[in-house]
Amino acid sequence: MLLIDCPYCKEKLPELEFEYAGQAHIARPEHPAEQSDAEWRDYLFIRSNVRGDHAEQWRHTHGCGRYFNAVRNTVSDKFIATYEIGQPRPTVTKEGEERDEQLES
Amino acid sequence: MSKFSALTLLKGALTGYKNVEPQWPDAELKSEYDVIIVGAGGHGLGAAYYLAKEHGITNVAVIDKGWLGGGNTGRNTTIIRSNYLYDESARLYDHAVDLWDGLSQELNYNVMFSQRGVMMLAHNVHDVQSFKRHIHANRLNGVDNVWLTPEQAKEKCPPLNISPTARYPVMGAAFQQRAGTARHDAVAWGYARAAAARGVDIIQNCPVLSIERGPNGAVAGLQTPRGFVKAKKIAVSAAGGTSVVMDTAGVRLPLESYPLQALVSEPVKPIFPQVVMSNTVHAYISQSDKGELVIGSGTDQYVSYSQRGGLPLIEHTIASICEVFPIFRRMRMLRKWGGVVDVTPDRSPILGKTPVQGLYLNCGWGTGGFKATPGSAHVFAHTIAKDEPHPINAPFTLSRFETGRLIDEAAAAAVAH
Repeated sequence: MLLIDCPYCKEKLPELEFEYAGQAHIARPEHPAEQSDAEWRDYLFIRSNVRGDHAEQWRHTHGCGRYFNAVRNTVSDKFIATYEIGQPRPTVTKEGEERDEQLES
Repeated sequence: MSKFSALTLLKGALTGYKNVEPQWPDAELKSEYDVIIVGAGGHGLGAAYYLAKEHGITNVAVIDKGWLGGGNTGRNTTIIRSNYLYDESARLYDHAVDLWDGLSQELNYNVMFSQRGVMMLAHNVHDVQSFKRHIHANRLNGVDNVWLTPEQAKEKCPPLNISPTARYPVMGAAFQQRAGTARHDAVAWGYARAAAARGVDIIQNCPVLSIERGPNGAVAGLQTPRGFVKAKKIAVSAAGGTSVVMDTAGVRLPLESYPLQALVSEPVKPIFPQVVMSNTVHAYISQSDKGELVIGSGTDQYVSYSQRGGLPLIEHTIASICEVFPIFRRMRMLRKWGGVVDVTPDRSPILGKTPVQGLYLNCGWGTGGFKATPGSAHVFAHTIAKDEPHPINAPFTLSRFETGRLIDEAAAAAVAH
């Protein structure tokens, strides 16, 4: 069972309260009519699908109900950081493990 | 390599199988190949076999970062069926069922293909309408599929609970008789043995570090820990790991890799004659020849390469099975595992050419790639050899995500996702 830190509730809660909502930081095109088919493909369908640290959206469905972002390692499934929507992706690389311990304390 | 027959089996039985020989050699990586296939699962090994057998291309290597058949080929629940809604899918999956029939004879290796039938339960009015639509569409495409009343379903599958007061009442079922199961490991082993006998090199425990391209943009070869290997053509058939490998060639894909879990019970005497699936309660079950109940459902909700998955999904799956089959409530589960499945936005595979000259792609099978193994391998070999798709896989292009010509089996098909 994953334990997820909701950045709004400021509480670490079991996975069952949350819903995964796909890759984070995908901006909707500002001028949809000017997009080419290839640009629409990239926006709609192409995903990074990284093996490693992945920025993604989650929703605290059975809690505050709000969407937030998270960086999670897709090999260990370990959450490295969670942060509010609208904030930039935090720069965590090799320090991921340390950062995670900080969150737990 | 000796041929198996009733006589060799009898001889082996009488002499205690003391002289079992390796079924394929552990090949050394050469410096150059006509075709390198990345991923030694059923699809990759099968493609190598058909390249050698039908297209006369034998300077082929199948390369895998782990052991042969250790990915999704060895992790699935072995279900085979072809009752897909759309014409394109029906043709592709039914081509596979046609090849499953007779595969043991063709490979001279028992893949234990058992056409015990797959039953899909309808629990509400929507299910009934949707399954009947599937049955009609299937029959127009020459795919066998019939409607069963709850009583007929119970007659075929006695452990089924058809009580009208059940939490998930059974209102009927779609039944495909040609569908069934096969021994998944044997499929990988059978193809490996038959391909190796025709000169294909099988290279295990050798990860692909990158796909290298030449100055004209076409593929040049593969970088591996054992050195650089030149290749005229590279075919990627790496399931959950496809995005990572293809990234190195500069091709970004509409794929996401999710864990898909399965579990088995303690072995019991034969009690469960078919494969039964229920999309509404989200679980499926069959009994292996060893006697274990083989149980699975959909993917976990988040992307992951962990080959593990979370326990909440297993709990949900077991709860569903216990509702539909109360008889199994006291069974003990022995083990569970996960595989990493690559899922496309329209839940149909990508099987064909890529924008890179000499680079071919077989991926995106999501939760249902095992059933297609021989059909997919067969048309993929055609695509690699002729540098153009077989009519059966022609619609399953990578470019459909740009043109919008999707094959949207996600909501419409009888597929457990």
